[in-house]
Amino acid sequence: MNWGEFFAMKGYGLYVWGSYGVTLLIFIAEILLVRHKRTLTLRQLRLLRDAENEE
Amino acid sequence: MAINWFKYSAPSTFYGLIGKLVPWFAWSSAILFTIGFYIGFFVAPTDAQQSEAYRIIFIHVPASIMSMFIYLVMAGYAALGLIFNTRLSSMMASALAPTGALFAFISLWTGALWGKPMWGTWWVWDARLTSELILLFLYLGFIALHASIDDPRRADRASALLAIIGSVNVPIIYFSVKWWNTLHQGATIKFTGTSMHAAMQQAMFIVLVACWFYAIAVALTRVRSIILERERNNQWVSELPEVRS
Repeated sequence: MNWGEFFAMKGYGLYVWGSYGVTLLIFIAEILLVRHKRTLTLRQLRLLRDAENEE
Repeated sequence: MAINWFKYSAPSTFYGLIGKLVPWFAWSSAILFTIGFYIGFFVAPTDAQQSEAYRIIFIHVPASIMSMFIYLVMAGYAALGLIFNTRLSSMMASALAPTGALFAFISLWTGALWGKPMWGTWWVWDARLTSELILLFLYLGFIALHASIDDPRRADRASALLAIIGSVNVPIIYFSVKWWNTLHQGATIKFTGTSMHAAMQQAMFIVLVACWFYAIAVALTRVRSIILERERNNQWVSELPEVRS
């Protein structure tokens, strides 16, 4: 079996890779979002602390 | 060995503990996904009836199971928060909702892409598909309701009620293929075992565990941010090295 045949999935390539591709994109997006949220939360906490220290 | 489990129900201890656990779950998940998909694509044989299209099963079934399982765990945490007034349980419920919604979406999406070549249609208003769509809406409703109420404790209580009432939908999804005549095939995993080829079963099961670890890793990372946000006025948060720097 070569790779061309593998990706063709006997004519079902669009359906099979459409399923796995979108799933992969969703996982990557979710991982980036939760990491981004952590960065934002930490940044916000530091800003709040700095604001309190200035008072 | 006596472990004081209640120690970990305090947000400060829980925050530290899960920070150490997340990388383990994340890496185990990545390894299991690789093994599961390797078996699914290179070891499992071509299906006699569905040819290669059936390979969608290795993500469709685990994602569908996760979408129902996460909902029950979310509703369980929400109920704990409602009954015992524990902040952390409600935070866990909020952290699980987006991941559950994404699994419900993946279930519907991969189902549509499987339905098209096999049934000739992307979608039918059949009991299994419709109840899964309702599950997605329940997740979105939970998230929207929680976000629409300013006071977090009141938001917890209102959305907990929605989560608990909505959980009746989960057995409806599971038994829908039995109770109604549907286009969807019968349950893949029954209480009495399955009739699948061994390698297919293995691949599906390994991907299910991988999804499980993935969900734990992202939900715990998300809950850490929620804990920081909601406990920000407490001493322990300001003393954390990542906040002090």
